[in-house]
Amino acid sequence: MTEIFGTFLLSLLVITAVAIVRTKNLFVAVMLMSIASLLIAAVFFLLDAADVALTEAAVGAGISTVLFLGALALTFERERPSATKRALPVIVTVIAALVVIYATFDKPRLGDPEAPVHRHVAPWYLEKTPEYVDIPNVVTAVLGTFRGYDTLGEVFVVFTAGIGVLFLLGYGRVTRSADEETEINVGLRHHLIPRTVGRLLIPFILLFGLYVQFHGEYGPGGGFQAGAIIAASMILYALLEGERHALDVLPQRLLLGLMAGGAILYTGVGILGMLLGGNFLDYSVLSDNPVAGQQLGIILIEAGVGITVTGTLLAIFHAFAARER
Amino acid sequence: MDLFIDVLSWTLLTLGGLAVLVGGIGALRMPDLYTRMHAASVTDSLGAILVIAGIMLQAGLSLATIKLAAILLFLLLTSPTSSNALASAALLAGTKPLSERSDAEGES
Repeated sequence: MTEIFGTFLLSLLVITAVAIVRTKNLFVAVMLMSIASLLIAAVFFLLDAADVALTEAAVGAGISTVLFLGALALTFERERPSATKRALPVIVTVIAALVVIYATFDKPRLGDPEAPVHRHVAPWYLEKTPEYVDIPNVVTAVLGTFRGYDTLGEVFVVFTAGIGVLFLLGYGRVTRSADEETEINVGLRHHLIPRTVGRLLIPFILLFGLYVQFHGEYGPGGGFQAGAIIAASMILYALLEGERHALDVLPQRLLLGLMAGGAILYTGVGILGMLLGGNFLDYSVLSDNPVAGQQLGIILIEAGVGITVTGTLLAIFHAFAARER
Repeated sequence: MDLFIDVLSWTLLTLGGLAVLVGGIGALRMPDLYTRMHAASVTDSLGAILVIAGIMLQAGLSLATIKLAAILLFLLLTSPTSSNALASAALLAGTKPLSERSDAEGES
């Protein structure tokens, strides 16, 4: 059954990819990208990778579509015809694709217990998680504590990307015309139906974001997904009430603080472990009981991840909107 | 009893699948944006209700049923709203319904 659904979804994915390349309308391309992300999320879910599926759906299909549309508002809707020759890129792409397809012949079959990925460190994680961390979601245990360094790196990648975008778009350079009744200030306030339903949904989206954040130890979820969902609810607020009112709730200065603060919280938990006599990012020393210490550490660093992701995504969104003003 | 629930649930699922299929065909075949939206709305209203009701019967009385009910409520709130937003955006952008176009403009 997995094979049938997987083949179906992946065929749709290939069709979508070809359509993205072929369309000249950038707006259509953005929408197709969103569909592609949703298809990939479905494939991930089919392969039982619920955490990754949730991330892909929230970030790929949700937030990045909004950011692409924000970028699109600053440029033209149609692709400019390119003057360069097409032959070389096509040849390079075809060769690269053939190499990748050839490489898949060496790949172990789906679910093969002898596959290297199942024989390397994964059995150790599965075996030791109940003993060391005692949480049901092994993915969170691996991300939060066993591979805490990697996740710290990811948080700093998000942080650095946010800083980079803000530099490129010129944070704070554009003066704000606060009282003008422009579209960006008013949002959809004159549209009764989207506004009413949107206002009704925002608290529930926020609540769901917090659930994904703090339930990440027991079910799929965690800081990255929760950050994207919470950012999505604030972006919805900005679209409904006007971007300026969203800035009144969470000013850009505060968002920059969140961006840095989450990363500092993560690093701080690591350093606290060192001060208490353990290694960097060793949470066992945070509490008298090593297992409780691990759980506390994971909650704290996941909060750090969530805060940084929320801050970064919202700061990027407002940076795009500020260019439009 | 189990058989009865199974038959009922699969009937609902099949009808839901048919509704989605009809919506898909309509979205491809209808002549302009508004009629296409009308056809597509069959997918996320009737199709979603039937499919989710079918899965709820399969899930029985459990946490999954409550989650499905929440998803259904969410869909029933959001999909008409997004349809409304889409239609008013199209109107604002100047897309006229087929019935209000003069014949000179022809099909687009």
